[in-house]
Amino acid sequence: MSIRRDQGRFRDIVRGKIRENFKKYVTHDELIGKREKDYVKIPVPYIDIPRFKYGPKQQGGVGQGDGKDGDPVGGEAQPGQGQAGSDPGEHSLEVDISFDELADILGEELQLPRIEPKGGKIQSEKNNYTGMAPTGPDSLKHFKSSYKRALKRYISSGIYDPKNPVVIPIRGDFRYRSAKKVEQPQANAVVIYIMDVSGSMGEEQKEIVRLESFWINTWLKKHYKGLETRFIVHDAAAKEVDEDTFFKTSESGGTLISSAYKLCYEMIERDYPADQWNIYPFHFSDGDNWSSDDTKMCMRFLQEQILPKVNFFGYGQVESKYGSGQFYKDLEKEFPAEEKVVLSRIKNKEHILGSIKDFLGKAR
Amino acid sequence: MANLTPELEKARLKILKISEDFGLDCYETIFELINYDQMSQFASYGGFPVRYPHWRFGMEYERLSKSYEYGLSKIYEMVINNNPCYAYLMEGNRLVDQKLVMAHMYGHCDFFKNNKWFEPTDRKMMDTMANHATRIRRYIDRYGLDEVEKFIDHCLSIENLIDRYSPYKPTFKSNVVELEEQQKTSLFTSGKEFLDEYISSAAKFRAGAENHDEQGVDERNKFPERPERDVLLFLMNHAPLKNWQQDVLSIVRAEAYYYVPQGMTKIMNEGWASYWHSKMMTEKILADSEVIDYADACAGTLAMSPTSFNPYKVGIELFRNIEERWNKGQFGKEWNDCNDIAERKNWDKKLGLGREKIFQVRRDYNDVTFIDEFLTEEFCVQNKMFVYRFNQRTGQYEVDTRQFPSVKKQLLFQLTNFGQPIIHVENANHKNRGELLLRHLFEGVEMQQNYMEETLRNLHKIWKRPVHISTSFDGKDTIVSFDGKAFSQA
Repeated sequence: MSIRRDQGRFRDIVRGKIRENFKKYVTHDELIGKREKDYVKIPVPYIDIPRFKYGPKQQGGVGQGDGKDGDPVGGEAQPGQGQAGSDPGEHSLEVDISFDELADILGEELQLPRIEPKGGKIQSEKNNYTGMAPTGPDSLKHFKSSYKRALKRYISSGIYDPKNPVVIPIRGDFRYRSAKKVEQPQANAVVIYIMDVSGSMGEEQKEIVRLESFWINTWLKKHYKGLETRFIVHDAAAKEVDEDTFFKTSESGGTLISSAYKLCYEMIERDYPADQWNIYPFHFSDGDNWSSDDTKMCMRFLQEQILPKVNFFGYGQVESKYGSGQFYKDLEKEFPAEEKVVLSRIKNKEHILGSIKDFLGKAR
Repeated sequence: MANLTPELEKARLKILKISEDFGLDCYETIFELINYDQMSQFASYGGFPVRYPHWRFGMEYERLSKSYEYGLSKIYEMVINNNPCYAYLMEGNRLVDQKLVMAHMYGHCDFFKNNKWFEPTDRKMMDTMANHATRIRRYIDRYGLDEVEKFIDHCLSIENLIDRYSPYKPTFKSNVVELEEQQKTSLFTSGKEFLDEYISSAAKFRAGAENHDEQGVDERNKFPERPERDVLLFLMNHAPLKNWQQDVLSIVRAEAYYYVPQGMTKIMNEGWASYWHSKMMTEKILADSEVIDYADACAGTLAMSPTSFNPYKVGIELFRNIEERWNKGQFGKEWNDCNDIAERKNWDKKLGLGREKIFQVRRDYNDVTFIDEFLTEEFCVQNKMFVYRFNQRTGQYEVDTRQFPSVKKQLLFQLTNFGQPIIHVENANHKNRGELLLRHLFEGVEMQQNYMEETLRNLHKIWKRPVHISTSFDGKDTIVSFDGKAFSQA
C-alpha cells in the first residue's frame, strides 16, 4: 500500500529530527516522568508546512454554550504556541514510542554494537498453541476444525442438504486449540547499579545518574528479555535498595567504595552464576574515596572477585564541586589495558550521551 | 454495485428511495465497505484512494490510524465529490450507524450535485488525482524523490494563495496543460518585453534616476498592472521554473481549487446532510429498537463545544430555522417592521414555503452568504452563541461578548477566505529589479511572524530573487523581505 511508503518517509523525517535534536531529549527531565509501562512519551516534531497565516492568539472565535462575559472558555492552549519565536514549521506532537523503538534510535544514534546474547543454557518455557484437542475451554474453541468435523459427519451420514446447508455441531465435533510447551533458550542479564550517595553527591549528580541509568536500561532491555536490575547505594556502608529508593535517597556521610563492591560481589556469587548470566555492574560516584587503603581494597576486589565474573564493569564519574575525582585516576592506573573496565567522566547533563556511548559502545 | 452486504444493500435501496421521494437529487452513489485501515488511508489522502507520494499523507495516516487504534477517534463518513459519488462505510459499525451514515451521505451527494458553488469542480477528480499521482511519480523517477518532494513542500507552503472566487469567472482555467504549450514569459530567462520597455530605454532610465524615490519607480514599472490574487497561477506563468516544476505547481494548484467549494460550504453542506439524515431516519427509517442508539450517535455529532462552533449543529439548526420561518411566513418587510414581541412569537401565516425555500438556499448560497442572510439574533440567543477572545492578562480564552452583531461579524470574518489572510501579488518588478512584492490586505489581525518568514524562504526558492511582503505589525505598515540569506524589515 502506497500509504506505507509515505508513512515510512514521514517516520524517516521524524527520526531524522530525533537524531538531530537527540541530545535535547536525552537530557529532558520529564521523559522518565512520563514513562508508562512499556511506552515512553516523546515529544517529536509534528511537521507543519509553513504558510501565511494569522497569529494564534489574535483571532478569537465563535463558541457555543453557557457562560457570562469574561468567563474562561477552557480553550486548549495549542501546544507550541506558548513559545512564540521558536522554530516555525514544527511544533510538538507527543508520539508514543515503545522502548524497543527507542533503543533502536539510541543504538543508531550512538552506533552501538548489537550485544551478543550469551548463556543460552537457561531454558524458558513458553506455551505454543499448535495442537488440537477434543476438550478445552470455550475460549480456545477452534471454529474451523469444529465446523469441518461437523460437516464431515453430516456428509458421511448422508444428512447434508446443499440447498439448506445448515450444519449443527454436536459435542463430539468440537475441537480446541491446545498448548504445547516449548523450551526456548534465553539470554540472561543482570545490571547492577551502584551509586555513591555520600554527602558530596548533590541533587544534580544524582539526577545525572538517574538519567544515565534509564538510558542504559532501555538499551539493555532491548537486547535481553527479562533483564534484571539490582540497585546498591553506599556511603560508608553499602546496602541493596529498590529502584525507587535508589533514585530518591539522599544519605550523607563518608565514602567507603569497597563496601559496595563487596556487596556487589556477594550478590553475584549468590544469585547470578557467571556461566549463565551476563552481568553488567555500573558504578557511579564523584570519585572521592575515604582513604587510599580502601581504594587499594577496591582494586583487589575488582581484580580478583568481580572482573572474572562480569562481562563488563562500568565506572561513571560524575563531576562534583566537592569531589576530588581521585578514584577515576586510580582505576585508570590500576587497569590500563583491561578491556572489561570502562571508565567515563560525566561533567554535566550534556555529557550523558557521550558517556552512554563510552559504556555501551564497549559492552559485550 | 460495490461490496455491500445484502443487509446493507437492502437498507441502501430503501434509503435511496426515501431520499428521492423527498426530492434529493444525487449522482449515482457508489458505497464501499472498507476496514478501518483503508478508511485511515483514504482519509489521509483527502478522501481519495490514490494520491501522489508525499510524506504529509503518511503523517496524517499515522495520526489517524494511531488515534483509531487507541480508541480516540473514529471516522464515520467519507464521501467524495465526484461523478459518480463515492461513499465509504466502515466495516463493523452497527447497522443503525450505517443507515445514518448512508442517509447523511445522500444529503452530501445532493449538495455536491446541486449547490452552484460546486459547479466548476472537476467531477472526474478520482481520475484526475490518479493522473496527478502518475505525473508526479514520473518526475520522481526522473529527478529523484528528494528533489521533487522538496519542491512539493515549497508549493504546499503557498498552496493557500489562490483566488477562491476565480473559478466562478468565465476566464478561469484549472487545466493548465495548455499553459505549458503557450510561450511562458519568465522574467529572467526569456521574454523580458515588459521589462525591456522600462530598463533598456535610456530615456526612461534617466527619468527614473532623476526621480529616484522607490515609490515612484515601483509605481511606473509595476507588473502585473493589477494585483493578482491567484499567486500560484502568477508564479506558474512568471517564475523561472523548469517544465516539471511548473507542472507540479499546477497540480498543487488544481487540487487546492478542487477543495475550495468544500471549504466554502462547510456549514451548509454538513447542515444539509444532517438535516436530511435526521428527517429520513426519524420519519421513515428507524426501527423502534434503534432509536436510542441513533439518538446517541446523533447527539455526538451535534454536540456544542465552547471553543469551536460545530458546523453540523449550526448548519442543521439554521436550515430548520429557515424552514420554519418560511412555513410561517416570518420574512419580508411586514415581518421586519414588526416590533411587537408577542405578535412575532405567534406569527404564522401558514404559507408552507419552508421546504421549497431550503432547496433554493441549498442551490444558491455559500457559508458566507448563508450566515449573512439567515443568522438572526433570535437564533444566536437560542443556540447560546458567543465570541471568545484571548485575554493577554489572564492567559486564557474568555467569553468576550454575546452581542449579535459581534457574533455575526466574527463568524463572517472566520469564513471569509477561510479565515486566512488575503494576499495578492502587488508587483513582480519591485524596485525595478524583478523582485517579488506580495501584499497582505491587512484587516486588523496580524500574521504569525515565524510562519511568515519560513513561507518567504520557500517562496524565494520558487521565485529565486528577493521576495517581500507588505503587512502590518504593531500598528505599523511593514515590509518584510528575504533576499536568500537574511530577513529584513522596513
